[in-house]
Amino acid sequence: MKVKDLIEQLDLVLAAGEAGLGQTISGGYSGDLLSDVMANATEHCVWLTVQAHQNIIAVAVLKEMAAIIITCGNKPDKATCDKADQEKIPLLLSERPAFDLAWDLARSDTD
Amino acid sequence: MGNLVKTFPIKHRDFIHAGKPSIEIKNLLKALNTPSEIIRRVAVCGYEGEMNVVMHARNGQIHLELSNTMIIVEITDTGPGIPDIDQAMQKGFSTALDEFREMGFGAGMGLPNMKKNADRFEISSTPGKGTTVRMEFATGGR
Repeated sequence: MKVKDLIEQLDLVLAAGEAGLGQTISGGYSGDLLSDVMANATEHCVWLTVQAHQNIIAVAVLKEMAAIIITCGNKPDKATCDKADQEKIPLLLSERPAFDLAWDLARSDTD
Repeated sequence: MGNLVKTFPIKHRDFIHAGKPSIEIKNLLKALNTPSEIIRRVAVCGYEGEMNVVMHARNGQIHLELSNTMIIVEITDTGPGIPDIDQAMQKGFSTALDEFREMGFGAGMGLPNMKKNADRFEISSTPGKGTTVRMEFATGGR
């Protein structure tokens, strides 16, 4: 599944990082403690988090993630969006909580 | 290949540039065709080390050294130091301020993550002066 397919499937809003929409997603991780995410997230995953500040972009780049979904209606500021554009990390927004999004994602055909 | 040495400064409370040195190191290792499994571990260690300096120390640096068989990452800072290293190494122990915890930092996982991901991990600290963390990664020849 590509990041752009995810937007449609989970009804997400693209906030930044459009250049990365062609990335292929394999797996996902949900977490708001950055060290936990650094320790446990896998490459090319989609990361679901309530964190919306600019340091999430460095985490995504270092872990080679496919995309970030900012959950529960949290909104990134301009600095975060600028960094996402620069690093080509799609920053996707949802009003829904991480569990609901992960549930829908897991039930879908991700092949 | 001769030794390649590079130093990146880290500033206290500079969340804007935090992570950038680790990203640069990652890109450099990638360009040198370092196995991705090693790059991933160096990236985790570099980032955790950087954030420790940003949150707890005053100023510091990441020093990177590459030889044919090894990657060395040394993070030094001038900061308050760590009075009890055994305690600091425990999972879940953190002295991070609430404002940093709200950002998702201060889980007390940084130092344990670094130790777990490095092939060799050494930490030394002098209260009132600063801390040095040295990590080695065996590359088995490049």
